[in-house]
Amino acid sequence: MGLPTLEQMQFQHAAAQLNALHAELIDDDRLEEWPNLFEEKCQYSVISAENHNRSLNLAAVFCDSRGMLVDRIVSLRRANIFPAHSYRHILGPTRVKSTSGQIVTTQTNYVVLMTRNDGQTSIYNSGKYVDQIDVSGAGSRFLSKTAIFDTHLIDTMMVRPI
Amino acid sequence: MSIAQQQDTLDQAPSTAGCRVPYRVFTDRQYYDREQEKIFKGDCWSFVGLEAEVPKAGDFKSTFVGETPVILTRDSDGSVHVVVNRCAHRGALVCREMRGNRSSLECVYHQWAYDLKGNLIGVPFRRGLKGQGGMPGDFDMSQHNLRQLRTESVNGLVFASFSETVESCRDFLGPIVVEQIERIMCKPVTVLGDQRQRIRGNWKLYAENTRDPYHASLLHLFHNTFGLYRSTQTGKALMDANKRHSLLYSIAASNDDAADKQAYGDSRTFDTEFKLQDMSLLKGRQEFADNVTLVILAVYPNLVLQQIQNTLAVRQTVTYGPDEFELVWTHFGYQDDDEEMQAIRLKQANLIGPAGLISMEDGEAVEIVQNAIVGEASATSYIAMGGGRAEDADHLVTEGAIIGFWDNYREMVGFEVEPA
Repeated sequence: MGLPTLEQMQFQHAAAQLNALHAELIDDDRLEEWPNLFEEKCQYSVISAENHNRSLNLAAVFCDSRGMLVDRIVSLRRANIFPAHSYRHILGPTRVKSTSGQIVTTQTNYVVLMTRNDGQTSIYNSGKYVDQIDVSGAGSRFLSKTAIFDTHLIDTMMVRPI
Repeated sequence: MSIAQQQDTLDQAPSTAGCRVPYRVFTDRQYYDREQEKIFKGDCWSFVGLEAEVPKAGDFKSTFVGETPVILTRDSDGSVHVVVNRCAHRGALVCREMRGNRSSLECVYHQWAYDLKGNLIGVPFRRGLKGQGGMPGDFDMSQHNLRQLRTESVNGLVFASFSETVESCRDFLGPIVVEQIERIMCKPVTVLGDQRQRIRGNWKLYAENTRDPYHASLLHLFHNTFGLYRSTQTGKALMDANKRHSLLYSIAASNDDAADKQAYGDSRTFDTEFKLQDMSLLKGRQEFADNVTLVILAVYPNLVLQQIQNTLAVRQTVTYGPDEFELVWTHFGYQDDDEEMQAIRLKQANLIGPAGLISMEDGEAVEIVQNAIVGEASATSYIAMGGGRAEDADHLVTEGAIIGFWDNYREMVGFEVEPA
């Protein structure tokens, strides 16, 4: 493996920045801004490794448009009832797995810690993101983001994006 | 009887109407232990899985009856079996994977091997090694099988029982439940995937929740918030003759706009502040001739079979202790689903499960009760909506099926448990 080209470094940087912003918006409860990280025509799914590894497509969350992401957030704010909690994402390094023009496929490990009202923090969800990112514009955006989680026993409910 | 008349009845006899459940049954370990003995290992049939989860000879799935680990297997002759997942030798788990395929079950500790029915077929060094060791001369392999449960499949739903005396599974379920199982399991199914949810509350709070149509439009606000009028708001709440099981269902109202119905299932919008940006979430098909769009079939003690629009799933309760259980959702479709139908089911899956837009609240509903009743020795709940008796209703403003559950519980476990 030789030294990366400047373009490869730029792509890697853009993808890592996008993932960091993704985590930041969720953890800081700026959820209304979160759908803007995705293309209008996009795919976002949160699926257990238990299903994914069996080539089963059943996901906990499956959205195939930015509109569905917005609907999830409006539902969270206005409709759904759940225990008060916050997330803290811990991200591993983002690696570019392949590049096709201005579209990169990346993989990033993550851990989501959850803190509830009682003040205890627990490992809520851990897994890997497999993303397709369009890095052509000034602001990179997800074409698709798949969170494949190891933690197949979900603690009570899942309402915030992973 | 009119509501006013019902109210009069309540006023006249306030002490007899309604059901009062002591909160200690949700928190006290003695009740939990007794439930394991009297319900899960007693005269009941527990749901263990779908035949479609073990389609081929040698397929197995690890699961639980109550808290007891069991294995569901498919034998080479095509029959399904359920055995306790515990080696007859020194008690180790025989099967340590969640699922897989094997020609026999072998304990890793000392390699005792069992066939897929649970019969002991191999004991290493049984006759010793070089004249040393070995099992006693009168050791009889046939006396050391895995504990084999009675197993019955009802249209692809597999149930198991520890009891030698309990009635047949179909009789235990009763005609109403069997009919509903036959309705949903009307053709070969294929598993779409599982979802697992850990809820920090007592499993019976979920048994109540799934027999409770009263809370549906009050706790689950997704449809209301987005102005999605549900023409399925009329429905019925029925029980089997023994009132163990509960059937809640609702029927789509007759509709004059067939094209719109095709596009949006049973949903209609009315003016609200919020609109769904992407209505494709609710796109579905009318796949049952009876126009029923919602079925919540709560089968005593540990199963819910459900149809919500085009989502089909079983929910299995696994108990961890008095204040914790796991809910396993296994989604399925039909083997003859076309590509579009598969896509509909996978998208509508957003509605149900731990991240379900219309179901995620149930975990919280269980936990807020559990958190509030901690340490409570004598106080009780009060369950009386719909008249306060275990009666069927042709509406959904009732808690009758919850009372049916408790009548059975009181008989099997009791509200008073002797101190250990």
